[in-house]
Amino acid sequence: MLFNESVMMALKALIANKLRSILTMLGIIIGVGAVIAMVSIGMGVRKNVQDSIASLGSNMLIVQAGAPRVNGVRQAAGSGENLKLDDSDAIKKKIKNIDYVAPSVQKSYQVVNGNQNWNTTVYGITSEYMAIRSLTVNSGSFLTENDITTRARVAVIGATVASNLFGSTNPVGKNIRINNDPYKIIGVLENKGQSAMGQDQDDCVLIPVTTAMERLMALTSIRTINVQVSSAEKIDQVQSEIETLLRQRHRIENPVNDDFQVRNLTSIMETMTSTTTMITMLLGSIAAISLIVGGIGIMNIMMVSVTERTREIGIRKALGATFNNVMMQFLIESIVVSVIGGLIGIVVGCASAMAISKFGGFNTVITLEPILLSFFFSVGIGLFFGIYPARKAAKLDPIEALRYE
Amino acid sequence: MTIDLEGIKKIYQIGTQEVAALNGIDLHIKQGEFAALMGPSGSGKSTLMNILGCLDRPTVGSYKLDGKEVAYLGDDDLAKTRNKKIGFVFQNFNLLSRISALDNVALPLVYAGKSRRERAERAYHFLKAVGLDTRANHQPNELSGGQRQRVAIARALVNDPSIIMADEPTGNLDTKSTTEIMKIFIDLHEQGKTIILVTHEPEIAACASRQLLVRDGVITRDAGRGEKMDVV
Repeated sequence: MLFNESVMMALKALIANKLRSILTMLGIIIGVGAVIAMVSIGMGVRKNVQDSIASLGSNMLIVQAGAPRVNGVRQAAGSGENLKLDDSDAIKKKIKNIDYVAPSVQKSYQVVNGNQNWNTTVYGITSEYMAIRSLTVNSGSFLTENDITTRARVAVIGATVASNLFGSTNPVGKNIRINNDPYKIIGVLENKGQSAMGQDQDDCVLIPVTTAMERLMALTSIRTINVQVSSAEKIDQVQSEIETLLRQRHRIENPVNDDFQVRNLTSIMETMTSTTTMITMLLGSIAAISLIVGGIGIMNIMMVSVTERTREIGIRKALGATFNNVMMQFLIESIVVSVIGGLIGIVVGCASAMAISKFGGFNTVITLEPILLSFFFSVGIGLFFGIYPARKAAKLDPIEALRYE
Repeated sequence: MTIDLEGIKKIYQIGTQEVAALNGIDLHIKQGEFAALMGPSGSGKSTLMNILGCLDRPTVGSYKLDGKEVAYLGDDDLAKTRNKKIGFVFQNFNLLSRISALDNVALPLVYAGKSRRERAERAYHFLKAVGLDTRANHQPNELSGGQRQRVAIARALVNDPSIIMADEPTGNLDTKSTTEIMKIFIDLHEQGKTIILVTHEPEIAACASRQLLVRDGVITRDAGRGEKMDVV
């Protein structure tokens, strides 16, 4: 009973004291708004990091040529020459739960266009590389299967290379020289920016792996095979299958003598995600403090309101209001303040998150959870901080209250 | 028998001293009686009024209201008893200033759990009975003292109580309004309402069918209509 009445009474009381109600709500508005804005910034940071890790390829295994022993001296990792294109094909054919297999070689070259030159890394790759590294072509096209089999002298270049060699003109269709051989540019990659490790991902030239091995670098072995596993749960299983397969092919009995190594990016991803989650929590909890301060503001005003309206409480009790009736009236009043404040806070929070991403240069991601969480938190705060003043009102002795001036 | 007080005492502890505000009150008020409660300040009449109005509990004694023992009910049960059986009229009106006269009159019905429509209908009916139906939507501060007290009387009547408790209802009113208000009480008495009126003015008390004088916590005189009682 009386619930609707109490809400109506609360609204009337709030309207009667407009300025005070708005100031009280302001605490909650700022609190909820800050939580939403801060968490959206945190989520934005997390998304940035996740994207940049995903751009290395998600669910990735990296098979690298091992460090060979030369007279007992271990050489640099990746300098071994036992990893062949055949190994890559074998992985592709024999192992399940794999989306893409992309063998690659890489080496630094001075790349020349007319009187411009640029030192960059040339990658010999296959067409799967594009999918595995989530690359997109800004203009032109990517390497095709045909380019690989024909060992075509074609290249796809990164944005950094394009701007250094060609300035603002479109390089597609032009030629560049790598190691004095001409390569026709068939595409320019979409700008990817820096990787999570600070590496410029646009500073690269991609050519067919066959061309790279046989025409440019004169190699018989490949350096890395990027393997994309179909799901995160399968990564460990696929990793050990690849290790077993390569040991068979390379006739290695003792894993200590492996001439390759298989690494995965999951652990990096996990570390990064947990770090950014912590940042988000930190930002959110700092903002939550302002929500609690807002709650104390509500309590403060409710205490004043109870004292001011002692006589009203006395009248209501004399006319038959029970403890619960009075308690409900004041509790609902503080909840109404926090609900309205919370709703306005949601609008303010979302608006400021958008403003931050538009003008502040931060990437923000607005998600439903912080909105719901901070809203219900603010309602809870209204309830919690409303209980004491409401109890105080409800416990007033009607005789004392009626006598109150 | 509407009101049945038996050996009512109210003892306050002030420091180590015990002060008896009421010291053994026996009082029977019948249905339809119009009783005036008189007494100098400090006599205990306010305490008696509070106990009769179910706002307070006696220290010892028995209070039967409509045959039901109400002396030692809990706060909420007292509140419900007040809501159902007692209509209050106060010296300073005690209307809620922010709501209309109609809403003020309807307030006891809110706590009685009546529907919105029933509340409005009954409140309007009783406002009309005190001649203020044209003022239903005015707030108390737009009404004169006499009008405010009439709103308060309508509010006291709206839940059809057993007793009307009026505490110095004319104390803040001018002569003209006093006459109007007393006429309403006399009319209500003639309609068969039980009224208890606290006053210190003999002229007002003279309107009642029964006059009670409280002094030092006991009832010292119990007289009929028209008898002159010296309060001091």
